[in-house]
Amino acid sequence: MKLIVCPLNGARPAAEFFYGGEVRQMPDPAACSDAEWSDYVFNRSGSPGRKYEWWCHTPSGHWFIALRDTAADVILETMPAEAARGALGASEPRS
Amino acid sequence: MFTHHEKLKDAYDAVIIGAGGHGLAAAYYLARDHGMRDVAVFEKGYIGGGNTGRNTTIIRSNYLTPEGVGFYDESVRLWQDLSAEFDLNLFYSTRGHFTLAHTDSAMRTMRWRAEVNKHFGVRSEVVDADFVRRFIPMLDLQCGGHAPIQGALYHEPGAIARHDAVAWGYGRGADRRGVEIHQQTEVTGIQVKGGRVAGVETTRGAISTPRVLCAVAGFTPRLLDMVGLRSPIYIHPLQAMVSEPLKPWLDPILVSGSLHVYVSQTARGELVMGASLDPYELHQTRSTLDFAEGLAAHMLDMFPFLSEVKVNRQWAGLADMTPDFAPIMGTTPVEGFFIDAGWGTWGFKATPVCGKTMSHTVATGNNHPLIEGFSLDRFSRFRLTGEKGAASVGH
Repeated sequence: MKLIVCPLNGARPAAEFFYGGEVRQMPDPAACSDAEWSDYVFNRSGSPGRKYEWWCHTPSGHWFIALRDTAADVILETMPAEAARGALGASEPRS
Repeated sequence: MFTHHEKLKDAYDAVIIGAGGHGLAAAYYLARDHGMRDVAVFEKGYIGGGNTGRNTTIIRSNYLTPEGVGFYDESVRLWQDLSAEFDLNLFYSTRGHFTLAHTDSAMRTMRWRAEVNKHFGVRSEVVDADFVRRFIPMLDLQCGGHAPIQGALYHEPGAIARHDAVAWGYGRGADRRGVEIHQQTEVTGIQVKGGRVAGVETTRGAISTPRVLCAVAGFTPRLLDMVGLRSPIYIHPLQAMVSEPLKPWLDPILVSGSLHVYVSQTARGELVMGASLDPYELHQTRSTLDFAEGLAAHMLDMFPFLSEVKVNRQWAGLADMTPDFAPIMGTTPVEGFFIDAGWGTWGFKATPVCGKTMSHTVATGNNHPLIEGFSLDRFSRFRLTGEKGAASVGH
């Protein structure tokens, strides 16, 4: 993976990008149980597969979402965060 | 050196998945200390071919939390007589271990670690730059002017050992006591009935067993999927590289968190070098030029005279990382399913004590007292064991 296509800036060297982790849905902190909250805070789907992930183009500070195969290390698709947020129910990227 | 078994039996008292150092050490102590010899070890590749053969072989106990210091100190103690016990030379070599501090805040962390260590009887002390220079006269204390060395944490018992031999020693000892080691045997499924482990499916057939120990480093999430467990483990590759052999000039082990380097010189003169994790999740052991360039640049900050030295090999392993940089060990919500995982970038040094404590846990069904701080359920209780400040470099 040498180039990543940023939805805002186009194809840029992979070194310009920061990985923000898998896109996840945050449960309502006021309504969920402690078990649901700890599952959200800590647990990850660690097995290889196709995952929607947060990535940031660091020179422009632009966050977006990429669909990546974490076994083959290939980005299949990138999309603006706004477009994906509705479809995936994504909450903010992890710190 | 190892008995070849044509066929799997129908049933075993216990199955260990993964014939790396950790899995074979557990098999060894199960047979030696707990009288459990009807044990099979399943390995999809070959003995010691995973992270046991890919790490940079550093052994130390200068950690940050009481749980960590007590645990790793017991491991360092166990290392001392392993060569004699195995009748196999592990090239265990006590070198002394320097963690360099280039900033005031790093010096504060070093003082913290030194005080925790001393409190638990581990030999660590904060030393000044002049002390470092006496041990490593070749070191540029200014690091090219980018990161002048303020001082260091000096840990006298720091050591290196030959990693393959550790797996061979434990494997041979287990083999001689009747444990079956099956290489080229991949686990494809784990049967769970009524919340209990019932058996294991492999590429060479299915067997039944009431106990399974999972010791598979970077493959842990895939195994956990087989029993329906979730965990915080995430996988990033960790790369390392080794130089051509040089005359001996670097006796201690050297770590710099700010420069993202750890380095030692092996008995045959190669410099073994590592840096920080690859920056994103990946289930591949490919090497990158970015890594070699970055690491070489930081090595040259410290040792400009190495500029003509060649890099001989570069490789990677899959590190199973946890949010608090402590391992995940012991019992799980699935009865009879035990894990020795989350060993990220710090597992080699713990090989003996993991074998000891996990064999106890598998044999008795209860977590060994030394691993209570590392249980999987610490996350749901929000009781983490924060080792990030001492785990490695650049995290």
